[in-house]
Amino acid sequence: MATKILTEHIAVPGIETFDVYRKQGGYEAVEKAIKTMTPEALVEEVKKSGVRGRGGAGFPMGMKWSFLAKPEGVPRYLVCNADESEPGTFKDHYLMKNLPHLLIEGMIVSSFALGANKSFIYVRGELMYVIHILEKAIAEAKAAGFLGKNILGSGYDLELIVQPGGGAYICGEETALLESLEGKRGNPRNKPPFPAVKGLYQSPTVVNNVESIATTPWIVNNGGDAYAAIGIGRSTGTKLISASGHINRPGVYEIDLGLPVEDFIYADEWCGGIRPGHKLKAVVAGGSSVPILPANLIMNLTNGDKRLMSYESLSEGGFQTGTMLGSGGFIVFDETACIVRNTWNFARFYHHESCGQCSPCREGTGWMEKVLHRIEYGHGHQQDLDLLIDVAKKIEGNTICPLGDAAAWPVASAIRHFRNEFEWHITNPHEATQPGAVYKGDMALV
Amino acid sequence: MTTETNNTIQFTPERLEKATAIIAQYPAGKQKSALLPLLHLLQEQEGWTPAEGMDYVAELLDIEPIEVYEVATFYTMYHVNPVGKHVIEYCRTGPCCLMGGEEVYAHLRQRLGIEAGQTTVDGQFTIKEVECLAACGMGPVFQVREKYYMNLTNERVDEIIDELSK
Ligand SMILES: Cc1cc2nc3c(=O)[nH]c(=O)nc-3n(C[C@H](O)[C@H](O)[C@H](O)COP(=O)(O)O)c2cc1C
Ligand code: FES
Repeated sequence: MATKILTEHIAVPGIETFDVYRKQGGYEAVEKAIKTMTPEALVEEVKKSGVRGRGGAGFPMGMKWSFLAKPEGVPRYLVCNADESEPGTFKDHYLMKNLPHLLIEGMIVSSFALGANKSFIYVRGELMYVIHILEKAIAEAKAAGFLGKNILGSGYDLELIVQPGGGAYICGEETALLESLEGKRGNPRNKPPFPAVKGLYQSPTVVNNVESIATTPWIVNNGGDAYAAIGIGRSTGTKLISASGHINRPGVYEIDLGLPVEDFIYADEWCGGIRPGHKLKAVVAGGSSVPILPANLIMNLTNGDKRLMSYESLSEGGFQTGTMLGSGGFIVFDETACIVRNTWNFARFYHHESCGQCSPCREGTGWMEKVLHRIEYGHGHQQDLDLLIDVAKKIEGNTICPLGDAAAWPVASAIRHFRNEFEWHITNPHEATQPGAVYKGDMALV
Repeated sequence: MTTETNNTIQFTPERLEKATAIIAQYPAGKQKSALLPLLHLLQEQEGWTPAEGMDYVAELLDIEPIEVYEVATFYTMYHVNPVGKHVIEYCRTGPCCLMGGEEVYAHLRQRLGIEAGQTTVDGQFTIKEVECLAACGMGPVFQVREKYYMNLTNERVDEIIDELSK
């Protein structure tokens, strides 16, 4: 059931070094791609694989690549998004730290496919120690002739640059990332023009997530069809899931897309169940931005079928009863967790991280934080829940970038599914603000 | 690029060499891309990003000082005010809170006798609250310079403070 496309060799001692990685078959995809394939054929394989962007939006990677403009005499850029700042997500950190050469191999193959001669890995600045790991790995790959001028005698040149961020969630948004890479504040750009036409330095640019790029060596070695044979429906391949919260085995797991959510939570191979003596209350399945679901809805669809870990199954039911796979940040809450407090915490996060360009987001996130704060601290009013939903609606869809949506969804979904808990805070402020108090009313725990 | 400058703050020779190599990575005319990396170098050297240092970075990159200030104040990693010897950057985001992050944080503040944004009177420690550090499965988490301290408990916090105080 569990195919290991990315993490097969992760436990091999010394895998972070070039020599060990090479002995495990590393860099064979570069040899195959550069010596035997054309860039067009590579794009075609990635298209066939059906692999979708792993940064959160799930846009088909091959299609994105095929949109890249190719005007004569203008450089093209590949930028890897390693900003990983979505709360609940820590898979790129894990992958880069343990398998730096996998990302570098993927960057070489992908850059060759796109005709880029200078490519960037933009890593959140807090991960400076990972930046040092990547720089060391790049130096090793260069010394072995896989980077630099005339790679493997093919005439193809590639330079890889690791760029640190400065601490700003918004720089995970691709156009804010490009601004940041140009040495500016991370203010997202209006689209169009899309990065594929005018990206870094106003040149055609592809931005892909670390995990997306890391799939390419396997796709080159095994073919797009083999990749597409794994997974389910339009959710092809495997996905790294960052599992956190009240589970027995937090960590990063590579799963075949299509695994039942229930198995992922309870099987010993993955989360290993809820911590002893406790029950499942809710899950945020795809990073803090996606709608929170109560236990019964994350496990099962409304028709009674099991919900699966796939793009389609997680979003089944729309926002009424579904959510999204997002970045795969899987946050598990047991009955001791206070949904109001967590929603306030997330709202505070988005307010703090809003870049401030668009007033609906700048002001709206501030209002949501304030109103949630007063509910949590026992000063809520009956009208506050409608007010929150109203503010969330006014942010959604009215901003340059989707940070506004990402701020609105967690609030709207928490009220949708846990309204009684919010009302309990408002009507029983004294009880609700006692240390360690949590709502114990009607809830379907699993 | 000029290396002669009247600034009171300048990079050490090794850092200047590093800075020069960083600037050379970008296409001609795009040296401003080196701004974030150079601000990190400045902070590594000075412990924070004083105005004289930012002016120096502006000179190195041949840009206006305001272009440096507006960037340094946008990104949360740059300390634009003086800080203690060790800055404890404590993750306050949801997943860490689920793992007892708020209780451990209360202990940390009590142990040091300061709140977020403050520095101990001996100048040893500053506490700064930060958002998710991409280590949520190992929460609670804080960071001091490049090092991540994970799976924190009150006892572990005491040990770390003792170690850093030496
Ligand atoms: C507020 C915000 C934050 C984002 N953060 C990240 C991130 O940390 N990492 C990432 O890969 N994509 C992030 N994205 C998505 C990127 O904009 C972009 O879609 C992605 O990097 C494309 O790569 P992919 O197609 O391989 O997923 C974010 C988007 C938004 C709106
Ligand atoms: S929430 Fe603390 S590291 Fe992610």
